[in-house]
Amino acid sequence: MNALKDAGHLFRLAAVFIAGILVFLGVRAFFVPKSFGQYGHYRGDAITEIAARPVNFAGHKVCEDCHADVLEKKKVGRHSRVNCEACHGPLAKHADDPSIQPAKLDTAVLCVRCHETNTAKPKGFPQVASADHSTGLPCDTCHQPHSPAIVAGVTK
Amino acid sequence: MNITRRHLMLLLPAAAIAWKHVLAGTPEASPNYHMSEHWWSMLIDLPNCIGCGNCVRACQVENDVPDGYFRTWVERYHVSDYHIENPHVDSPDGGKQGFPPAKEEGGKNFFVPKLCNHCADSPCTQVCPVGATFIGPDGVVLVDQKYCLGCRYCVQACPYGCRFIHPQKNVAEKCTLCYHRITKGLTTACCEACPTGARQLVDLKNPNDPIHEFLKTHSVQVLKPYMATHAKVFYNDLDGSVR
Repeated sequence: MNALKDAGHLFRLAAVFIAGILVFLGVRAFFVPKSFGQYGHYRGDAITEIAARPVNFAGHKVCEDCHADVLEKKKVGRHSRVNCEACHGPLAKHADDPSIQPAKLDTAVLCVRCHETNTAKPKGFPQVASADHSTGLPCDTCHQPHSPAIVAGVTK
Repeated sequence: MNITRRHLMLLLPAAAIAWKHVLAGTPEASPNYHMSEHWWSMLIDLPNCIGCGNCVRACQVENDVPDGYFRTWVERYHVSDYHIENPHVDSPDGGKQGFPPAKEEGGKNFFVPKLCNHCADSPCTQVCPVGATFIGPDGVVLVDQKYCLGCRYCVQACPYGCRFIHPQKNVAEKCTLCYHRITKGLTTACCEACPTGARQLVDLKNPNDPIHEFLKTHSVQVLKPYMATHAKVFYNDLDGSVR
């Protein structure tokens, strides 16, 4: 026991260290969120929080459930692969409650977004200089947007 | 078997620790979505991009992106003959309202949509000092906005310039690959709104995804492969001048 005779101060120091570590662990347990480290060095609950955001674009499958007639028309035309909300805009609210009517679209604005001539557009993509092409008439005077070829049922 | 007092004293803490582990394993919120079964990314089919800006508008509406900031944007490249190293790039308002006629004559012109590359070795997650940004188990790089300090390290670390600080919330913002949509079985807002199929959501862990065949049969690149970020946004037919 001679070796420990003058070691009292070491034990007191060790006690202070241990108390410090315990305080640290206690504070840490209090402040670190429960899900931190669940999947990695981040808060696991953040994933479910981000996934809980509301959806604005309903997705074309939801549209097609009710608007089968439009789908039939669209299927045969060159816009067959254009999703509904690409032109009509986000309509999840309308899908949840059909009494909320979507805004009417202006073809003079809408069509040129894609079809106005631009040198950077792919060469095969149908483009027009709208000022020369329609002399100011709205596009849907001649083209039906759901199946835009001018002769009904015929596609290029 | 006799359980002595000594045995019980040893057993109880062990049982308590085991029970804590049982409680920690809470199930995921989306019951039909299992993170471990997906590895999300995106395909940009450049020859189909017409620069209409539908993706930029859709992203802004879907994710409440403030004006003047972009989670995705479209660039227009103009490469004059023999000047592949000095392309002229413009992106008026991120391409949100489409593109005016090109100023320069001739040369090569094309559009390049950009978004977070959801890198498998993302520099932005490595520099975050508090663990506020991370790669989820399904390969999507996300920001925990409750944890983010707004220190901007990640904004500087991203070699693709895909992050910004939200002007009101003062936390890092970026493309979430529409995480709230893909976990519900929908595609992203930009893919939904793209009229030509130039953007396609990809699940690399889904053996039936057409991406596997596409990657085998097309000239596909990622942006800045020399940064070793293992970017997961695949660009089909990407021009060498794109930065």
